[in-house]
Amino acid sequence: MHRTWLFVRRFLMGLALLAGSLLLPAAAEEATTPGGAAAVSAATAIPPPPAIVTASGAAANPLKPRIIKGTADHSKFDILKKPFASGPEVTAACLTCHTEASKQVMGSIHYSWTFDNKATGQKLGKRYTLNSFCGNVGANEPRCTSCHAGYNFTDVRLGPPQNETAVDCLVCHDTSGQYAKLDNAAGNPALAPVPEKAKTITGALAKPSNLTAAALSVGGPRLENCGQCHFNGGGGDNVKHGDLSSALYAADTHVDVHMASKDNHGQGMMCSTCHKQEAHQWHGSRYAPTAAQAPDRHKPGAPRTASTCESCHGNTPHKGESVVGMKLNDHTDRVACQTCHIPTFAKGGVATKTLWDWSTAGKLKDGKPIQEDGYHQGNGKPRDTYLSTKGTFAWGEEVKPHYAWFNGTTHYVTDSDVIDPKQPLAMNWIDGAANDPASRIHPFKLMHGKQAYDTELNHLLYNQVYGPKTDTAFWTNFSYDKSLKAAMDYMGKPYSGKYGFVETTMLWPITHMVAKKDEALKCTACHAPQGVLASLGGFYMPGREPLSWVNLAGLFLIFATLAGVGIHALGRLISSRRRSKQ
Amino acid sequence: MTRRYVKVYPRFERFYHWGQALLIFVLFFTGLGVAGLHALVPYGLAVTVHTIAAVLLLVLWVFATFWHFTTGDWLHYLPTTKGLFNVARYYAYGVFRGEEHPFNKRFWAKNNPLQALTYVFLKAVLFPAIWITGILYLTYSFWDHVAAANLWLGWVAVIHALAAFTLAAFVIVHVYLLTLGHTFRDHVRPMITGYDIVDLSPEEEAYLAHDQMKRLGPVAGGHH
Repeated sequence: MHRTWLFVRRFLMGLALLAGSLLLPAAAEEATTPGGAAAVSAATAIPPPPAIVTASGAAANPLKPRIIKGTADHSKFDILKKPFASGPEVTAACLTCHTEASKQVMGSIHYSWTFDNKATGQKLGKRYTLNSFCGNVGANEPRCTSCHAGYNFTDVRLGPPQNETAVDCLVCHDTSGQYAKLDNAAGNPALAPVPEKAKTITGALAKPSNLTAAALSVGGPRLENCGQCHFNGGGGDNVKHGDLSSALYAADTHVDVHMASKDNHGQGMMCSTCHKQEAHQWHGSRYAPTAAQAPDRHKPGAPRTASTCESCHGNTPHKGESVVGMKLNDHTDRVACQTCHIPTFAKGGVATKTLWDWSTAGKLKDGKPIQEDGYHQGNGKPRDTYLSTKGTFAWGEEVKPHYAWFNGTTHYVTDSDVIDPKQPLAMNWIDGAANDPASRIHPFKLMHGKQAYDTELNHLLYNQVYGPKTDTAFWTNFSYDKSLKAAMDYMGKPYSGKYGFVETTMLWPITHMVAKKDEALKCTACHAPQGVLASLGGFYMPGREPLSWVNLAGLFLIFATLAGVGIHALGRLISSRRRSKQ
Repeated sequence: MTRRYVKVYPRFERFYHWGQALLIFVLFFTGLGVAGLHALVPYGLAVTVHTIAAVLLLVLWVFATFWHFTTGDWLHYLPTTKGLFNVARYYAYGVFRGEEHPFNKRFWAKNNPLQALTYVFLKAVLFPAIWITGILYLTYSFWDHVAAANLWLGWVAVIHALAAFTLAAFVIVHVYLLTLGHTFRDHVRPMITGYDIVDLSPEEEAYLAHDQMKRLGPVAGGHH
């Protein structure tokens, strides 16, 4: 009886295997059919292999295959299979199922452009802060808000539109790769007929977006979705952050060990692999980064409250069997992972802007604006070193970071702060100290600038650069007299009418572009005289000061002992010679 | 009184002495590297070797301490003022006049009074200073949460380094003094073979002859 049962079981198993081997290739083929976004049906007899499907029109766009992780295939939704005349119409369709999505997005910084910094009480976010790049959003809206996660954010003073269809679902969820926002249309995409020479927010020539194709393609955000805005902050590829650039699209492990594809010996991660979200609120903040050592929640199912390195790697990431590994693990409470593991940023041939001097802007040649492309970056592309519209720039690649103690609290200069124009003005400054246990040493991009300020009232000035139909905007009229006044009037701020330019600095935390581990800083990068932390004082670190008073005293003791012994020996030699003569 | 070769340094003591010497040399060399005074070995390797050698030395010291007390050998390190001046005077003056070393080893006093005093200072002050600060340094991550921990660590490092340099100075003098009195080889040999010339009382000689035959060597002739 038992033997018979065993035989039946084996027979059935063999049959199943045979059937599987015949059917699986067919299923796989079906799954990779171009255009068949998620062509695998739940009714298929054999459970499908991991549903790797190409986005529609795979041959036409350079996107990577996407993985449907959810349970809905949007290409099958009838409500999306229709022509759309505008972005908000697509959003309206999304909201029929995703009833709470817009409320969530509108409460997020991607939409509100507002951040209440609890540590400092400052109201921050793009609506409020001033920076060393374009300076300010106010009076430049349709251009600056082209990267807003919504449609028709046309007045920064009023805030973004509060109707739910003003949320732009596609900018983050399109996977067709052909949905693109115009660079001057307050977040609206390029739609037919596209104006001549119109550009998208990535600087590419604009082509009409097919909203239906985009709507049918929606999925989780990929690198390209995040990158179109975040890689182009400050008006161009890697201009602002230094560690976020188009080089991450095809990174090798030198550029970014996580985002390099698996074929490239990396991990093939996307932004959202680390930056987790709940209800469209994303972990990770430039305004309030998690700078102190995060609690080690490196346990299965443990909640993640931050997108730190420790979220995945824990607090003791180095192999602890060796003394060096143990010592490195001892560092993690005082030295951020990024400090050693991002020895340089702006890698992969894409430079970052290191200086932006607005004071030289406005020079014209034969009444026409000038462009000088004085920098050629690693990937061969020229970068401008002078623009009549923007002034003078300097660029850097493989930039060594500026290091500082940082506890996560960042302060920003505001439009009403009285400044000392004789000193370089810190556009932001950070809290942190060696004797503060919540501080760790972090790498930063140190940006230099020169920006307009009111020479009478001694505060920074807003500038209107964009406004092609105005007679005030700087990029059109090249007159600071007009553009500064227009922006200050627009923002309702006092302005004496007299302006000058003040040197500025700004710190940008560096946290991306983690190099492969053998490129990490070695011990003597810091534990040596004139190491990379030479500018940080006030704490003990072995090896940084070979000629400390202790070592000098010790060496003196040794030389004095040797001298004493030598004199003693000499005395014995002389006295013994003298005795032997006698 | 008879002058005989007697095994005054048993095998463990010799092992302890040379093991300690080697470890102290390694520790001093790598310690200078960690302090940034040379880069003859990579920093990480210097830290590794320094740490491992330190742990080995601590283990050796635990055994040596146990050995000193269980064998009663610690009695050799009891400092005494008796004859101390004579030895000091010899080093400062007598040696230049060709005088004989004023101290002869006895069965229960294999160190001269100045040696005993130095070794007591070494074992009771310098070694504890270096191992207490060393352990504090090594275990910094267990107490780095206390207020101003890094400031304290700085002072721990200062004491550690000063003790280390003092120890190095001791080693220089220690080696130099081997050239005094007897020849250098005569001084080093006992720490290799274990046998040295010792003044024995008749009772001690009888005891050794009767109970510790292996420790008793030939009668020493010649000077001294």
